[in-house]
Amino acid sequence: MSSQVMTAENRKSLDENDVILEVTDLKKHFPISSGIVFQRQVGAVRAVDGISFHVVRGETLGLVGESGCGKSTTGRTILQLYRPTEGSVKFEGQELSTMGGNDLRQMRRRMQIIFQDPFASLNPRMTVGSIVSEPLQIHKIYSNKKERQQYVEQLMEKVGLNPYFINRYPHEFSGGQRQRIGIARALALEPSFIVADEPISALDVSIQAQVVNLMEELQDELNLTYLFIAHDLSMVRHICDRVAVMYLGKIVELGPVDEVYDNPQHPYTQALLSAVPVPDPMVEENRQRIIISGDLPSPANPPTGCNFNTRCPVRFDLCFEEPDPPLIEARPDHYVSCHRVT
Amino acid sequence: MSVLLDVKDLIVRFYTQEGTVYAVNGVSFELEEGETLGIVGESGSGKSVSSLALMGLIPSPPGKVESGTVMFEGRDLLTLKPDQMRLIRGKEIAMIFQDPMTSLNPVLTIGTQITESLKLHEGMNTSQSRKRAADLLDMVGIPDAYRRLDDYPHQFSGGMRQRVMIAMGLSCNPKLLIADEPTTALDVTIQAQIIELVKQLKDEFNMAMIWITHDLGVVAGIADRIQVMYGGRIMESGSSHEVFGDSRHPYTEGLLGSLPRLDSSGEEKLTQIEGSPPDMRNEPAGCPFAPRCDVREYMNLEKCWDERPPLETVPADGGDGTHVMSCWADIREGVAENV
Ligand SMILES: Nc1ncnc2c1ncn2[C@@H]1O[C@H](COP(=O)(O)OP(=O)(O)OP(=O)(O)O)[C@@H](O)[C@H]1O
Ligand SMILES: Nc1ncnc2c1ncn2[C@@H]1O[C@H](COP(=O)(O)OP(=O)(O)OP(=O)(O)O)[C@@H](O)[C@H]1O
Ligand code: SF4
Ligand code: SF4
Ligand SMILES: [Mg+2]
Ligand SMILES: [Mg+2]
Repeated sequence: MSSQVMTAENRKSLDENDVILEVTDLKKHFPISSGIVFQRQVGAVRAVDGISFHVVRGETLGLVGESGCGKSTTGRTILQLYRPTEGSVKFEGQELSTMGGNDLRQMRRRMQIIFQDPFASLNPRMTVGSIVSEPLQIHKIYSNKKERQQYVEQLMEKVGLNPYFINRYPHEFSGGQRQRIGIARALALEPSFIVADEPISALDVSIQAQVVNLMEELQDELNLTYLFIAHDLSMVRHICDRVAVMYLGKIVELGPVDEVYDNPQHPYTQALLSAVPVPDPMVEENRQRIIISGDLPSPANPPTGCNFNTRCPVRFDLCFEEPDPPLIEARPDHYVSCHRVT
Repeated sequence: MSVLLDVKDLIVRFYTQEGTVYAVNGVSFELEEGETLGIVGESGSGKSVSSLALMGLIPSPPGKVESGTVMFEGRDLLTLKPDQMRLIRGKEIAMIFQDPMTSLNPVLTIGTQITESLKLHEGMNTSQSRKRAADLLDMVGIPDAYRRLDDYPHQFSGGMRQRVMIAMGLSCNPKLLIADEPTTALDVTIQAQIIELVKQLKDEFNMAMIWITHDLGVVAGIADRIQVMYGGRIMESGSSHEVFGDSRHPYTEGLLGSLPRLDSSGEEKLTQIEGSPPDMRNEPAGCPFAPRCDVREYMNLEKCWDERPPLETVPADGGDGTHVMSCWADIREGVAENV
């Protein structure tokens, strides 16, 4: 156990003007086709439907919301693993959405992804050493095999894996260790920005803290910027500087974590936060829950007007009319998209 | 209150090609009428296997209940014949699982599946049972219930399927409901709907309940008592106030310390439990938590490696003696401040 205490203040000194990522009006629609011989498009899943935000170098932006709201699609579209349907993604000043071929490949060295499932995301037939060094080979860094191996061993040590295991296969490791392998691989090309897509969701509670602490230590050491996608709102408050709440392909609320958690403005965020159980029976006994009824509408057929109007406990006439509520700065640095909030 | 369920010395093993899995290694607990017991623990700690064993649902082979008694209303469930057990399952004890799709038959309508058990256990005819099934669906908040009896499971969302499972579980007024991670696959807003529903129905039906989860937050809100499992053993058990507010076991302490809080800004570093969960193919001679336990290390307790600590009343506990733990050290007695 470490007794070291770090506060958010002394941990981070962010330069608000050093914007590493700028996303503007980003959309990703997946076509729905019908017909066997002649495929024609009959509609679209509006997985990401016009979102804008920026990320400052060295910070962690959390992306939260229910299953299917478009978090992973956002992460992948930023990395250009999916090409955007519309909108702009600027990374370190360069527009990615129109970039292709070699330029994009070079850019990708600076941006990496860590996946949820450490079991599925590692090739079972490759040793840890070759998994971690694969990106180095693809980008032809280290032609000298010995140097490459030394570097891989350093990386393994950095993420808390014993380099002695370099020739072992993923199945010989536990879930938390496999996630460390995924992190080592993501770090191999010295990226500045990492999309972490539910990196701890598949892990046991006692292992989650290990991986989160590791991610925080690496961030300090390497000045990494994270987009942290998660279901676990308590963990998001812990690890993130700011948080964006998504609902049905849109950002409904965005701001510094403590501000959003202590003063949620959007009815969806309020319901979401009130639904999260707290491991303290005293707190639970006195909690007021806002129970929202119904399920998430289909992103292929979102409601007209505000996306949340099918479930919102405080909806009114205006909520059913176009255009849907814009994201406005309701409190300092705190953005909300709701007709009730001005 | 009287004791509804009394489990003693339950041992369950699986004999697989890769060797013996020591899944449950001596579990004993009591459950009173109307009480809610929350069983928490990490993946593989024996939560599901121990509750499947009470229900006579351990697949055999490879599984075998090696020893133990499960007294329920004066009978030892482990000695009942399969058809006697079938009558108890569904009628007196109902179970709901994490994934409703595995327990719902995809080719039968929801109505057929609920009425089947009503006909079997309650002797209702078709129109009586359909009426009752619709009432049940209505009670768990499925809109337009009568019409939806003729729909198939895939026509419902995940949250609605779990409601259907709850309706089926409650259809015969069971005395005990065992819920194994019933909300784990659901979004938090849907989880909150289901938890509210179950709390309300539990009072209405005056059921006892065992709620299995790895989410300590969920049980903090619904359980009267908490049982913390690790390596197929009970580490600590007590009222939820005792376990959350006055935990005495190094594993419980570690687990609670590793959780960030929704309701306070997360500036401190999380305390982490080093190492990984045990390989259940080795029968631990001593305490299963020994390889990861910093209290053992600090106190240099050799005993932890080769002697199993018994589950005993927590020393100097102000409560009614039902706060128990299995540990050779009492972390409140001098150690805690130094670790
Ligand atoms: N490749 C794809 N083709 C078609 N539809 C897709 C594709 N990927 C995602 N979708 C759809 O887009 C929507 C958003 O999916 P996405 O995976 O981004 O959600 P998410 O917020 O990451 O959810 P989860 O929390 O479950 O991971 C969903 O309706 C999903 O079914
Ligand atoms: N059918 C089986 N065959 C072999 N081993 C099994 C079987 N079912 C369970 N086990 C083993 O028994 C041990 C206890 O499993 P159990 O399912 O009770 O864990 P759990 O606490 O419910 O975990 P989870 O949170 O993942 O559901 C595990 O090591 C598991 O691998
Ligand atoms: S705009 Fe209307 S429907 Fe949407 S969140 Fe606000 S009040 Fe609710
Ligand atoms: S018995 Fe020993 S190893 Fe087990 S929890 Fe107690 S101190 Fe730790
Ligand atoms: Mg996702
Ligand atoms: Mg289980």
